[in-house]
Formats: sequence, structure tokens, C-alpha cells
Amino acid sequence: MRVLILLLFPLFLFSQKDSLSISIENGRILYDDFCIRCHLPNGKGQIGIIPPLAKSDFLYEHMEESIKALKFGGIDGEIIVNGVKYNSRMEKMGLYNDEIADVMNYILNSWGNKSDLMITEEYVDKLKK
Amino acid sequence: MKNKLIKLLSILFIFATNLSCAQLGETFIREDKDIISPDEINYDLELVHENDEIIWAIEFFEDNSILATVKSGKLIHYKNNGDEVLIKGLPKIYLRGQGGLMDIEFHPNFEKNKLLYLTYAYEKEEGKGGSTNVARAKLENDSLIDFEVLYEATEVSRRGQHFGGRLEFDNDGFLYFSIGDRGNRDVNPQNLKLDGGKIYRINDDGSIPKDNPFYNLPDAKKAIYSYGHRNPQGMFKHPNSGKIWTNEHGPKGGDEINIINKGLNYGWPKITYGINYSGTTITKNKSLPNMEQPLYYWIPSIAPSCFEFINSDRYGDWKGSLLAGALKFKYLERIVLDNNKVVYREKIAEDLGRPRDVKESKDGYIHVSIENKGIYKIVPKS
Repeated sequence: MRVLILLLFPLFLFSQKDSLSISIENGRILYDDFCIRCHLPNGKGQIGIIPPLAKSDFLYEHMEESIKALKFGGIDGEIIVNGVKYNSRMEKMGLYNDEIADVMNYILNSWGNKSDLMITEEYVDKLKK
Repeated sequence: MKNKLIKLLSILFIFATNLSCAQLGETFIREDKDIISPDEINYDLELVHENDEIIWAIEFFEDNSILATVKSGKLIHYKNNGDEVLIKGLPKIYLRGQGGLMDIEFHPNFEKNKLLYLTYAYEKEEGKGGSTNVARAKLENDSLIDFEVLYEATEVSRRGQHFGGRLEFDNDGFLYFSIGDRGNRDVNPQNLKLDGGKIYRINDDGSIPKDNPFYNLPDAKKAIYSYGHRNPQGMFKHPNSGKIWTNEHGPKGGDEINIINKGLNYGWPKITYGINYSGTTITKNKSLPNMEQPLYYWIPSIAPSCFEFINSDRYGDWKGSLLAGALKFKYLERIVLDNNKVVYREKIAEDLGRPRDVKESKDGYIHVSIENKGIYKIVPKS
């Protein structure tokens, strides 16, 4: 699975723990500002209305699509997350690409989520609609 | 025996403290049990204009066609024949969190002078953060001309919250608008020298009325009419009193209805009925001297997005009640008052989606804009 993610997405594995932990800390502040009202402090969302980010199968299986949703604003149509249907599009938050990377790193390392892969600004820069 | 008694007492004590904690917790997480979900629904919801973005505000022309703001930065004229005309000439808009293109309001004499007012999030320098602007323009040949910024809030922030942005005229031709605290609650709302966390009052040309409450206070923002607000996003003029009424997003459990009076302090964040989203305390004070109590506060919060007084005769006994959009619970809330006390609340358009604006058309039909869906007309069943 991890090999697959590495092949599909050019994410960069950083050995320096520091840059990741700085990014996670920045991401936490951004999460509390832009995301927390809908996705809630525990990342569980609201069942049937706002999809969870904590231990979300969709997030891991559709990582690129999820980051694009953050960059360009929402996902069209119905998605299924952990077996539950969701169909309300997230609005574009207007985050800068470095902020998108930070908030993703926070999400991928919170509430039981774990990822050794660090999302970088350069990676977000390259994503196209 | 004595030991047993102590044991029993301590068990009782533990039980009692746990119980009170649980009750306290429940106050903040409970479902809204006070609102009625009516068994009989005597209206239909008719989708009149589809739009998959966020229509933040609607305004009606004399022919009941609609001018709508889209948060991402579009102004659309929805004509009665089904045509959608994109109005040209919008300024650059700062799309950030809750900020974007927000309210629209026609001048009371729009039929003659074609003047309209807009609120939008604005960033002067890229990356430095922004706040809320109020502007005026003339609508001519599907374009905004003579575009003029009437008010530019100076306390900018990169935070995504609390742009406020509602506009409303009173009977004397004064224009009121709200700017939220911009996520900087401990700095802006209680400081009259700073923008944010205020209701403002200006003349229709942007000049500031000399009898504004803080006009003569040195260094104060002269346009401020009331302060100590968090994020007011619903506003109407009461048809009987002519007063401006607002609802505002509070913290968890602190959404409020207020009647706006000149120069008064509505208390945020010194007093509130709410707590932080994380569950921690903001202040233990629910009231303090010289700070206004809300007419009503919501527990749990509904996230009130818009506010309208029902003037129409088309809806029977709905006349005289209020409508507030509940972003969080996805319905409109109809609120009945008796002597300015809330006596009854019921859900309208339940599960339709997140309402952003609610307004009566010139011919008395209530319209509501729903995020990612469009504009619905509430049609009474005959």
C-alpha cells in the first residue's frame, strides 16, 4: 500500500523530523482556524454531513483528490467515507500552498492517523485541477 | 459503622459531583430539544435558480427577479425568463476562509438612482491578510460603474474567521453594516479605536453621521454604532420600530439575537453564554454592568447565517415572526416573539441544506438561498 502511494504521488520522505513537526504545528493552528468548525476538534466530522478526517479510508485511498479538494474547493458528487455517504461540497478556503501542506501534515498525524510521508509546498504547487 | 457512613457519604458525594458535571456537559452537547419539527407542512419548496456554489445574499428587483452574490466572487442577475446574467465590474475579492463576496443591498431609492452596496473581504497587500470592505456602485447595462469604497476596515488578519458583512438601511436612510472580530477577540471587539466586532452606521454616500455615538471620541472609529460583537451575519429592520435587529454567531452555545441600540456594548468577549469550540471556558461572566444582554441566546448553537422579519400575508399566522438560517442544523428557524420574548421556535425547510440568506420578494414570497443548491421559493399550499 505504501509503495503504491509512493508510486502514485511524488511525496517526499524527509528524514529530518524537525521540518515535519514544524509543519504539523503550523497545520494545527490552521486547522483550528479553517477546519475545526465542521470537521470538529477530534477530526470525526459529523456523520452523513461532514466526512471524518480521523482514520478516514477515503483520505488514504484518494490522497491526491483530497489535497486537490483543499486547493481548488471541494469534491463534486457523492463520496463514501468509512462506509457512509457524503454529498456536501467543501468550499474553497483560500489557503496558500504551504498552508495546505501544513494542514495536511497535521491531519495525517492526528487522531490516530499516522504518516511518514511529508506533504510539501512543491507537491501542492504541482497539483492541477 | 462510622467508617461505613463516611464511605457511603463519599460515594454519594462522588455520585453528586459526577451528576452535576454530566449535566453541565450535556448543556453544551445536547440536541436542540426546544425547537418543534411541525407534523404538518403547508408549503412547498420550489427551486427557482440552481447554483452549486454559495449564494451569500439575494436582493429583489421590482419585477421580482433576483440579484445574487456568490461568495467566490460573482454577481448574478437571475431573470424571470430563466436567463442568468453575470454582472461585470466587481473588485478583486479576498477569498479566505469565511471571507469572499458577501452581502448586497439596494439603495432605498434604487428604482431611480440604481445605486447598490456590497460587502466583500479585501486584502490590500498579498499575504498580509484582509478584512471587510463596504462599497457602493451604480448598476448600468449589467455592469457596476462609479465603483467607490465607502469603508475599509483597517485591522487586517490572515485568519479565516468573522468577516461579518451584513448590510441594512433604516427608515432614516442610514446604512448599517457588521464586521466580525476577525478571529482576534481579545483585541478588536472592546476597543473603539480598532475595527472588527462592531456594527457601523454611515450615510448613503459613505460619510459619517455627526450624531454617531463615538463621533467626538478622540481616536475612535467614528462609524461605530455599537460594539462588543463577535460575528453578526443576520440583520433586518423591524417594520414597526424601525430598529435594526441582528443575530450573531457566538462561540459554542453563545449565538445571540440583539436589538442594536446606539453606543451600546454587547459584551463580547467579556460576557457570553458560550464556551470555546474545544470546550474550555472563555469567561465565567454571563453579565456585567454596562453590557447588554441578548434578547435571546441559542443553546446549542445553530450558527445563524441570516435573519428576516415575515411581513407577508401569504403565510397565515407566520406574519410577524422571524426567520433565522441555521447553518449547523440545515434548516430555517421560525421564531415567534411575545413582548420581545421568544415563545415558540419551529423548523422550516428541514434538511434542505445550509441556508445563507432569507428574504421576502416584492410580491411577498419568502426565498432562501441554500449552499451548493441555489435559491428556493417557499410556496404556501393552497
